[in-house]
Amino acid sequence: MTIQDEYRKKGWKDLPPGGIVDRPATALEYKTGTWRAFRPIRNKDKKICQNPENCLICWALCPDAAIKRVEPNELEFDMDYCKGCGVCALECPLKAIEMEQEE
Amino acid sequence: MAKAKTLGMMGDFAVAEAAKLCNPDVIAAYPITPQTIIVERLSEFVAEGELDCEYICVESEHSAMSACFGASAAGARVFTASASQGLALMVEIVYIVASARFPVVMAIADRALSGPINIHCDHSDAMLARDSGWIMLFTEDCQEAYDTTIQSFKIAEDKRVSLPVMPCLDGFVLTHSIEPVTTLPIDDEETLDGFLPIRDPLYKLDIEAPIAQGLLALPEFFMEIKRGQQEAHLKSIDVIKDVIQDFGDRWGRYYPVVEPYRMDDAEVAVITIGSATGTARVAVDVLREEGKKVGLVKLRCFRPFPEKDLQAALKNVQAIGVCDRAISFGATGPAYADVAGALYGRGPLLKNFIIGLGGKDITIDTFRTIYDKLYADLAKGEVEERVEWIGIRE
Amino acid sequence: MAKITEVRFHGRGGQGVVTASRLLANAAILEGKWIQAFPEFGPERAGAPIKGYTRIGDEKFTIKSAIYTPDVVAVIDPTLPRLVPVTEGLKEGGIVVINTPQTPEAIKSELNVQGTVAAVNATNIALETIGRPIANTAILGALVKVTDLVKLDSIIEALLEIFKGGVGQKNVDAIKRSYEEVKVA
Repeated sequence: MTIQDEYRKKGWKDLPPGGIVDRPATALEYKTGTWRAFRPIRNKDKKICQNPENCLICWALCPDAAIKRVEPNELEFDMDYCKGCGVCALECPLKAIEMEQEE
Repeated sequence: MAKAKTLGMMGDFAVAEAAKLCNPDVIAAYPITPQTIIVERLSEFVAEGELDCEYICVESEHSAMSACFGASAAGARVFTASASQGLALMVEIVYIVASARFPVVMAIADRALSGPINIHCDHSDAMLARDSGWIMLFTEDCQEAYDTTIQSFKIAEDKRVSLPVMPCLDGFVLTHSIEPVTTLPIDDEETLDGFLPIRDPLYKLDIEAPIAQGLLALPEFFMEIKRGQQEAHLKSIDVIKDVIQDFGDRWGRYYPVVEPYRMDDAEVAVITIGSATGTARVAVDVLREEGKKVGLVKLRCFRPFPEKDLQAALKNVQAIGVCDRAISFGATGPAYADVAGALYGRGPLLKNFIIGLGGKDITIDTFRTIYDKLYADLAKGEVEERVEWIGIRE
Repeated sequence: MAKITEVRFHGRGGQGVVTASRLLANAAILEGKWIQAFPEFGPERAGAPIKGYTRIGDEKFTIKSAIYTPDVVAVIDPTLPRLVPVTEGLKEGGIVVINTPQTPEAIKSELNVQGTVAAVNATNIALETIGRPIANTAILGALVKVTDLVKLDSIIEALLEIFKGGVGQKNVDAIKRSYEEVKVA
């Protein structure tokens, strides 16, 4: 249940004061990955990007923070939140990312 | 044991002294006549080390209220002051501070809104913000301005309230006039001898307990949130009365939300707001000596509107003149409209008198004219002219 | 109803009119009286004729309007009576205290005052005591002597609260001299 579902069950008396949401990170409840029309594929067919920790441009530029650094030297693309905008593919200096249509 | 001192103080000085006593954590302010002396005096206190406070010199009133919003969100006790065009410039944030339930205290040095440009007293500026959700208390003299500023912090920060408060004092008539002001004899300055404990926020921005604040609310939620805000505002009247009682019990000065003067057997009464009350009291005394049964009701708390207290104070009177120091163009004075709503269906004749706009002096003769008109309508049994402007050249 | 004495000060911007009205008020507070002191609020510039007001009462009063019928008028600048109706509204039997080199009799007839006129050459006294032609404190000595509104000691104490050290002492001398030298008609 999202925060919205929870709050819409409450009458005005039970909503928190000041129009606040009384806990953090509720944006995580919205899986924006469902909007995706294209998905990023990294290193398809050939291992171009071998040392992501030396670059991290895609990680830094992803507008949804959907690319995660995995210890010690790997990247994980979180498909729950990746909206398929293609900025990572456009900006990768090695052209290691390709955008493929979602099924 | 600290002793109370009686000093000659301008209204602005009195407010600055009172704010200093309450030890705000943050002051973000921009100067505008006739409030400038408040913020200048406070900056002197900070510069001289008498007040330990983060004083932010901002570039406009809009920035001032924005900074106050942020500071209050972090849990600070916040004070500022403004007037007229400054209040108008910041007003979008003024509404937001109230909706966020932040207990900011802002003194308003009542000054006319332009145009034409006018730096003198009227209530159009305070009335601009009357729908914003701030608690509004109007003061009659410099002593009340001092006392009310102190009470404002306690009212605002009470968790049952947690709303911002505007103590209002009339521009020039009070801000720049010296009157005797008796300070509070305080031993423990940290909590004003227990009257004003350290602020315990209703909620705040805290890394240890994160929340999301300052959000968008779609039609599904907006009205419910506003209903909650209205409930808190309406209920605040009880806290305001408690604070008035507590203050009076400690220091001997009581300021009821609605204060009747010689109303017991009054046939005809006026309702006044702010410093005009002082002159109206003298007019009542003068006319009583002439045998006329007149009285007045001072409306000290304007928001929340003290409907029940007003109905009780006016229950035996036959004709009432609501004296507004502001006009809602195309309609009536603002206080009149609220009073009319509270008295709808009840007996007395009700008239609106617009007085003292842009600093036009209000004298005993002003009130003599008003009472005469009320008596004239009473004799006719009806109100011919619902709204009359007093004191202007025809 | 409480007895209130209303005083109107006339001067030019920069001559200390407001300070004079405040010193009188502060002196009265020292004596436990109720006061009000305020200037005429208008656009201010040095040299423009301005007014300051003081109300003094034995008990608390609440009136907040301007002063229209003063009991006492104090004129700090001798050039003003020609330009400004300084006696306008003066109550019957009211007192005029004026900084002038002329005699009180001459002023009385010139301004057509029915009540009392007190004349003192406050500018001269100021030049000789303070060294500057700022006559606001000098006029207060004369005012106190003639009106008995506050005691001389009170006005001196009120002055020394604001003006310290050598400057304070010189101003005290000015007050004392005008207190002695004022002439009444």
